[in-house]
Amino acid sequence: MTDLTKATAAELSDLLANKEVTSREVTQAALDRIAAVDGEVHAFLHVANDAALADADAVDAARAAGEPLAALAGVPIAVKDALTTVGMPTTSGSRILEGWVPPYDATVVAKLKAARMPILGKTNMDEFAMGSSTEHSAYGPTRNPWNTNVIPGGSGGGSAAAVAAFEAPLAIGSDTGGSIRQPAAVTGTVGVKPTYGGVSRYGLIALASSLDQIGPVSRTVLDAALLHEVIGGHDPKDSTSLDKPATSFVAAAQRADLSGVRVGIVKELSGEGFDAGVKQRFEEAVALMTAAGADIVEVSCPSFVHALAAYYLVLPSEASSNLAKFDAMRFGLRVSPEGVSEPSAEQVMAATRDAGFGDEVKRRLILGTYALSSGYYDAYYGSAQKVRTLIAQDFDRVFADVDVLMSPTSPTPAWQLGAKLDDPMAMYLQDIATIPANLAGIPGISVPAGLSDGLPVGVQFLAPALADDRLYNAGAALERLLVEKWGTHLIGQAPELEVAR
Amino acid sequence: MTQTLVDFDEALTRYEPVMGLEIHVELNTASKMFCGCATEFGADPNTQVCPVCLGLPGSLPVVNAKAVESAIRMGLALNCEIAEWCRFARKNYFYPDMPKNFQTSQYDEPIAFNGWLDVEVDGETYRIEIERAHMEEDTGKSLHVGGSTGRIHGADYSLLDYNRAGIPLIEIVTKTIEVPGDKAPAVARAYVNQVRDLMLALGVSDARMDQGSLRADVNLSLRPVGTTAFGTRSETKNVNSFRSVERAVRYEISRHAGILDAGGSVLQETRHFHEADGSTSAGREKSDADDYRYFPEPDLAPVAPSREWVEELRGTLPEPPTERRKRLQTEWGFTDLEMRDTIGAGALELVVATVEAGAAPASAKKWWLGELARRAKEDGVELDAMPITAVQVAELQGLIEAGRINDKIARQVIDGVLAGEGSPEAVVVGRGLEVVSDEGALSAAVDAAIAANPDVAQKVRDGKAAAAGALIGSVMKDMHGQADAGRVRELILEKLS
Repeated sequence: MTDLTKATAAELSDLLANKEVTSREVTQAALDRIAAVDGEVHAFLHVANDAALADADAVDAARAAGEPLAALAGVPIAVKDALTTVGMPTTSGSRILEGWVPPYDATVVAKLKAARMPILGKTNMDEFAMGSSTEHSAYGPTRNPWNTNVIPGGSGGGSAAAVAAFEAPLAIGSDTGGSIRQPAAVTGTVGVKPTYGGVSRYGLIALASSLDQIGPVSRTVLDAALLHEVIGGHDPKDSTSLDKPATSFVAAAQRADLSGVRVGIVKELSGEGFDAGVKQRFEEAVALMTAAGADIVEVSCPSFVHALAAYYLVLPSEASSNLAKFDAMRFGLRVSPEGVSEPSAEQVMAATRDAGFGDEVKRRLILGTYALSSGYYDAYYGSAQKVRTLIAQDFDRVFADVDVLMSPTSPTPAWQLGAKLDDPMAMYLQDIATIPANLAGIPGISVPAGLSDGLPVGVQFLAPALADDRLYNAGAALERLLVEKWGTHLIGQAPELEVAR
Repeated sequence: MTQTLVDFDEALTRYEPVMGLEIHVELNTASKMFCGCATEFGADPNTQVCPVCLGLPGSLPVVNAKAVESAIRMGLALNCEIAEWCRFARKNYFYPDMPKNFQTSQYDEPIAFNGWLDVEVDGETYRIEIERAHMEEDTGKSLHVGGSTGRIHGADYSLLDYNRAGIPLIEIVTKTIEVPGDKAPAVARAYVNQVRDLMLALGVSDARMDQGSLRADVNLSLRPVGTTAFGTRSETKNVNSFRSVERAVRYEISRHAGILDAGGSVLQETRHFHEADGSTSAGREKSDADDYRYFPEPDLAPVAPSREWVEELRGTLPEPPTERRKRLQTEWGFTDLEMRDTIGAGALELVVATVEAGAAPASAKKWWLGELARRAKEDGVELDAMPITAVQVAELQGLIEAGRINDKIARQVIDGVLAGEGSPEAVVVGRGLEVVSDEGALSAAVDAAIAANPDVAQKVRDGKAAAAGALIGSVMKDMHGQADAGRVRELILEKLS
């Protein structure tokens, strides 16, 4: 193996198990790659060189001693900065948490540690996961490894870019309306939003509690499945964690068999607003799947037209409450108002929130505060919850006839940095196809579908709650068909980064 | 601002009060409402905290099942219906002692609703309708340092203790209480008292008003006699003793009447109660438009107690208070009046405990309603806040019955116990109060008294036994009170027969 950074997690797992490489070698290769390219990509907010190498040495020693180890033991990983990590700063991309080092690990982080996966560092994100481009990070944007003048998607642009730029074989993301899947689509990587409750949210800095879900980011569907099995499972610390979440993702990814699989094309998630190149790649994917034995039908989910509106009521409402804790009293930034000699606690809270939150965060907090106000609750939050029920009913109805749904992940490929910053609505529309899954709590995956004008686009599969395995089966099958066609994974077609040449 | 107060009785000639009572009960669960932190009272500040109750980013709540159980038992004891399905909600407002800047509470879906509790005042029974009992978490505590008032205004700085943040609370809210005005203060007091007794009987709370584990808010408005529309209410917060509940109702009736008589309108606001003079003062202005932006707590699963569980818990309820009182009255052989006095003095549970510790019911009542009630009143504290326990009172009575002290000495023993000198036994030994039963010393003292009072002695010899009292007094004085007066009397009569 000449370049360990290009290996998939599954390949690394085999190499490590066969003692052909050590975790230190793999981890060092990733850290070297980060040192070489991250000045350009800016996928990381914090790189944990020493801790990652110490973890790598420990797992190498454990392997040498013959201890039983998890499949991904020794495979390094990057973690979105929305998850708490002992000993590493956790900012959620916000100035208000600058320098905060949590005293506890998120459950998912604890599981990564238990699986002996060295943590390379924390990845960049839109502030508090509000955005679709990672430009709303208080610490500067992340750039798309395919073209550093375009955005890497968001909010988890850092995790997607880290994986796409071969800085890490795997990463953790979080998806509230598409924050794992849309960045995966625009960076040519794989991203999975599991069934709501399938992965513990304990330690995930909440954006919208009823929508947030942690999931895997990778370069192959099998790698995502391997990681999903590490991070999934019931957690008594999360009341919304499911008692018996889905399993057997790896087996499904290895099956990759479309014969007899009924696939629904959602009428409302195609056509108008979708870029021509995106539509073309989608249609090619459908044709390949049909040829491979999938049974394709068109289905209609009429309530989806209200999804975006409902989402932009539920999300800001919950966020306005979730983000109230950032008040300078117990942790994080503390700012005293100018020209006030003995400010009250309330004045300090207001000054800190004014200085510590970015414009997009303020926009949504104001929206949410308004939507929950007495007299507006029924019209806004209450109605939005009813739309969620209708969307869930649409899904129930169509899943009676099909195994999975299929759509483009995102309406367009990545755009130039700054192009949509002044047009929040255009930014919000990026999530039109990904939002319904969050509103209904069902799982979704984005797999690379090819290029449009030289930039990656993705195809999304959706499955009923707890049927995440169907995503891995369908996703891996399409991936195999495309790799056969291209002779390589899409990511293998990415241009070498300028700085790394 | 001058406050015109109208005499209570006079106020009632023109107005009738409408009350609502809210009681917050801190549950005595071992851990907090939504995390595993300990709940012990009085620990060093910020030692019983974790990421969840500190509201650290990323933390999530998990409902304490024991707290739900306590809430259901409490609801059943208050004759409530128990929800088949209910949720928590977030009550959003910013305050430094509230870690998440929202309180996780129940809003329109309480765990228990539509109940009642009968209370007795002066032999009359009043049914208090319960609107709801819901679960919520307590806030932390702010300690305002500097300044003169201990309140936030004028303080130099404030300290925050989050040990209390997340302690499970049940809030019990009555429907409007409309009773004859002259009974309102006593009914309010009796209700709070009875809720407290119920909590103790259920074993779900320490229910200590002095420690804040049971706190009462008194909502009160007046309306002209004969009218039906409600007036504007005031909300007197955190009244911290039974007696204060009664006084707060009286004061607010007088205060509202003063405002209404002058043609003014009552401000809808919270009021602070002042123990020292029984008055209230303005707190925070309130309106029904206060906007807490309630919405269902998305981090918690709904609470859906099965009917089987509810019925199982119903089987664990203590005897209903009314039936229990009837049973106790029969067992103790008290008259209706004695029973009413005992309850009225807030001494019922104390007498129960004293009887359980071995004292006769009449003796137990004698101490609690007599000497101890007098001293509690002098000190301005609740009877059960006196630093003497039911077990100690039973011990005191035991010492008397064993002839080791007499009634008069017993009062000195009480002094010692209240002064923290230990148990009655320890005080008797420590202060050397044991009565002299040495026959030789007593006999000598009696001889001396007879010799010193020949006229009195002669009267006794002449058959006037009542005159012996003076001689007994003389002997007791000589013995510094530490003599068995009965035996002294016997000796005098023997010697002068």
